[in-house]
Amino acid sequence: MSIDLELNGEKLSLDADPAMPLLWAIREIAGLTGTKYGCGKALCGACTVHINGQPMRSCMLPLSSAKDAKVTTIEGLTEDGNHPVQVAWRELNVAQCGYCQSGQIMSAVGLLNRIPNPSDADIDEAMSGNICRCGTYTRIRKAIHRAAEGKS
Amino acid sequence: MSELRKISRREFMKRTGQAGGGLVFALTFVSACHPNEAPMSVGPMAKASASVAPNVYVNIRNDGIVEIFCHRSEMGQGIRTSLPQIIADELEADWDKIKVIQAIGHEAYGDQNTDGSTSIRKHFDLLRNAGATARDMMISAAAVMWSVPVDECEAREHAVHHEGSGKSAGYDELVETAIGMPQPETAAFKARENYRYIGKSVDTIDGRAFTTGQAKYGVDTVLPNMLYASIERCPAVGGTVISFDDAAARRVGGVVDVIRMPEPTSPPLFNIKGGVAIVATNTWSAIEGRKVLKTEWDRGENAEHESQAYKEKLIASASAPGTTIMARGDADNQTHSHLEAVYYTPYLAHAPMEPPAAAAIVNEDGSCEVWAATQDPQTARNTVATTLGIEKEQVTMNVTMLGGAFGRKSKPDFIAEAAWLARETGQPVMVAWSREDDIRHGYFHAVAAQYFRAGMDEDGTTQSWLQRSSFPSITSTFAPNVTGPGGFEPDLGLLDVPWDVPNLRIETCDAKAHLRIGWLRSVCNVFHAFGACGFIDELAHAKGQDPKEHLLEMIGPARKIDPTKDGGKYTNYGHDLAEHPIDTGRLSAIAEKVADMAGWGRELPEGHGLGIAVHRSFVAYVGTVAEVSVDGNGKLIVHKLWLAIDAGTVINIDRVHSQLEGAGIFGMSLALHGELTTSNGAVVEGNFDTYPMTRMSEGPAEIDTYIIESDAAPGGVGEPGVPPVAPAIVNAYFAASGKRVRELPLRNAGLT
Repeated sequence: MSIDLELNGEKLSLDADPAMPLLWAIREIAGLTGTKYGCGKALCGACTVHINGQPMRSCMLPLSSAKDAKVTTIEGLTEDGNHPVQVAWRELNVAQCGYCQSGQIMSAVGLLNRIPNPSDADIDEAMSGNICRCGTYTRIRKAIHRAAEGKS
Repeated sequence: MSELRKISRREFMKRTGQAGGGLVFALTFVSACHPNEAPMSVGPMAKASASVAPNVYVNIRNDGIVEIFCHRSEMGQGIRTSLPQIIADELEADWDKIKVIQAIGHEAYGDQNTDGSTSIRKHFDLLRNAGATARDMMISAAAVMWSVPVDECEAREHAVHHEGSGKSAGYDELVETAIGMPQPETAAFKARENYRYIGKSVDTIDGRAFTTGQAKYGVDTVLPNMLYASIERCPAVGGTVISFDDAAARRVGGVVDVIRMPEPTSPPLFNIKGGVAIVATNTWSAIEGRKVLKTEWDRGENAEHESQAYKEKLIASASAPGTTIMARGDADNQTHSHLEAVYYTPYLAHAPMEPPAAAAIVNEDGSCEVWAATQDPQTARNTVATTLGIEKEQVTMNVTMLGGAFGRKSKPDFIAEAAWLARETGQPVMVAWSREDDIRHGYFHAVAAQYFRAGMDEDGTTQSWLQRSSFPSITSTFAPNVTGPGGFEPDLGLLDVPWDVPNLRIETCDAKAHLRIGWLRSVCNVFHAFGACGFIDELAHAKGQDPKEHLLEMIGPARKIDPTKDGGKYTNYGHDLAEHPIDTGRLSAIAEKVADMAGWGRELPEGHGLGIAVHRSFVAYVGTVAEVSVDGNGKLIVHKLWLAIDAGTVINIDRVHSQLEGAGIFGMSLALHGELTTSNGAVVEGNFDTYPMTRMSEGPAEIDTYIIESDAAPGGVGEPGVPPVAPAIVNAYFAASGKRVRELPLRNAGLT
């Protein structure tokens, strides 16, 4: 069975069980490994992608629920990798191991799309679903503020 | 729907096999790094037509690029940036002309075990030498080319210059001449003031890959026709399969086989943990198949392990005399008064964000190639060879990026699983552990109980210190009949207690292991620092003295401590005490520094408290101050953390700061939340709902970090930041509330 969707701007028909979580369809059928598994229960945010512009956890979302949706992964966020959030992340050397950062960046972009100049409380609320075991939170917060300044 | 590109798994595999996908990445990785192969065989860098490799860490190409082989694993500490900084500095290479290649697991690189915060402190001279000899080789080549004396030539900015003639030649131009020239074994190192990269903040070389989803971790490996395995393992360590019913599992779409794994060994070593593997064409099918697999277990010798009962046993063990491992004076001396306390910390799991993952292929000739998130590629290679009964020369161990590790990924059981299943199935296999697998089947940080007894004179000044430590030992993972702490464990914050007391005795007490015990970031220093720094704070308050002043008094005058003089079999993290002394002056300086940073003694907002802790580990000194309060709901708020480190010479300033920031959060997670419990031999917790982590909303808004400028020999950085964090928080909580906590995690005290 195939599910039609738009992945990073490209219309695709993914040949997979509709019950397969979107995460595994993205990683193993579409072959985009930037989106990560961390918990499988929407507890850590490593699998965050945008569905019709909204940050969503892809690890518990059946592929069928993304039918005809616009799905954006870290690979499709920008063509040149220079979204203000990505640039701010690099300028502040946010990442340590880097594994959770795709999800962190997708959550941060979702936040800034909604609230262009977020307060610390806004950031806490939007980002606390994303665990970073390396502990990069203080730099993530600074990078989000920096990206917001760059955009405003 | 003709505009739709239809992708099935089969087509995806075909595409990745042809161009640009993970496989190509993986294969170039191999040939690029193999020290036994000419690095010029590499495809994507073939702009160069010749190159010269003065040693296994450096390859200078005639297109001007210098390839640096990083033989240590990247797990967030930034080694793929700081290691090249050292080589490039001595080599006089331009930073924008270096290319970092991850080395495979091979003895030609020497020690590759990325553990114990050793990458810089044990390899600084080796790496400087690798760069300096390569530089001298370029100088020699220029001298030959120009027929001038070597000592008239100088290397600078990726080129060699001859002042007399005004000639200059870039490294690219010198490659042809250098080929075949003798390779110097040693060379003089640069003077410190001439460093271009060492001791500077250099941006992470993987920054773009990290922010665009292009960094490849173990779990991102893709091989042609690869199968995905999910393994059901016995809940208790050492347990075995009695029987299993796989009828329903085999009916799940995508499942191709159900395979009984080899039985676990006793002791467990790094061997496969047994169980039943569901092998499928994709991860989700393997997970779904496993859900309906019915397995009957013989839980084996650890089936009765209950963490609550074990806790009581451990505390009883620590409360009774044990084996004296170091003593001076008479710690049993009658004193004016005394104070005693028991501190307890539970089992912890590493929980790296990328759970253990490896992919393997076994070729027709029996050889095996592996791609793994491994901290210790040579041990992984040996383990795979043993598992398959082949020679290690038949195993190629490719090292991917590691999505966190913290000690978990130096244990290659998951890599052995992938290799074994690849041979069983005759196809490439990915073994990617689920979060529940990771939390329930790890090599856990030991549960520990410590007993303290201090004797004070009339002034309340401590005259005697008795400390007993009881915890199941890491050595039990590798040897039978281990009854208690041993090996290097007492070195980690027990034998090196810095207190200036005339009477002291250190004992270890029996504790049998019932889980696989392993090392986790900072290892025994975590519980030894928690107990000692908490108890020191108790003594300060008992004496009515400011905790920082009391801490400095306990550390005493600046001096160098040698635990062997008191009978301690102390190995100092593998260093000579002359090179890396236990220097109480440096420890006091760190206490003073971090207290200054936090404004120790200032007037605090109502309900706030400051706590301080200092600890030397991995031959570096770290001090932490925490500012906390308790909110209206009784929850602990950590407002701010300050961490200062003296790690001697440091390489990448920014990465040292980031390690301290991370240590603050890692320390908070274990202080507030971290606890594994067991029932019937099985770990009860399974995911981040039951084994929580500190999240951004809980983390302090700021973590201030400071690096003491020093030209002392380099110390560790990755681990030393963690141990003082939990005791600083607990001491701050006492200052804020008057309540003393001697057990972790704080959530059990209702504080989260």
